[in-house]
Amino acid sequence: MAKIEFLGPINKDSFEIEIDRLDKLKEIFAEDKELQEWLSICAVAVNDQIVDSLDIKISTGDKISLLPPVCGG
Amino acid sequence: MLEIHKGSLDVEEILARWYNQIKDKNYGAFIPFVGVVRDEFGIDGLSFDIYEPILNSWFDAWQEKAKQENTILFMAHSLGDVPNHTSSYISAVVSPQRKAALRIINDFVEDFKANAPIWKYDLKNGARIYAKSRSLPLSGAGLLADKEDKDA
Repeated sequence: MAKIEFLGPINKDSFEIEIDRLDKLKEIFAEDKELQEWLSICAVAVNDQIVDSLDIKISTGDKISLLPPVCGG
Repeated sequence: MLEIHKGSLDVEEILARWYNQIKDKNYGAFIPFVGVVRDEFGIDGLSFDIYEPILNSWFDAWQEKAKQENTILFMAHSLGDVPNHTSSYISAVVSPQRKAALRIINDFVEDFKANAPIWKYDLKNGARIYAKSRSLPLSGAGLLADKEDKDA
């Protein structure tokens, strides 16, 4: 099981899911209407490393994070 | 050195502490930047969420880069609510040379704005409203969007 977490202003609880590749998450999220507004503006991190490809193997215990646009300071 | 503080930053205490750490180390320049929350857009203050694991690795990479120029970086940021006219952000660079220090503090703060995983909210009439229009998407944003959504 991998853990999916939604950071900052995305008002959604984290959950666990059984996937073996990151691109599977795209199919799963396609059915989530509330999440659509966030998907086009969110970056994705796997185990706290921001990724630029969905071609990534996911293993049990991995953490996948969605990061909305930022504004520190 | 990276510090996260709940609420407004105690500017005098933080700057004095950093200065005391470096004053006898023979660095010629100590250049701090203090961000103060402005009274604008009718807000009562700002509020912040921080994702520390990625913030820490982002800061460590910068510290390593600064070290190659014999320079040290300091940063403090608020978590939670920060009223108008108080500070939410301080960074400082310590260097043997003024010119290098000025260049590094500028590049560091610019990169901080673009890449530090921190989310800002306006505090207005008791509500906490995500400052979406002032926020910047991180590198690779839109990876999980449908193609049509991403291009829209």
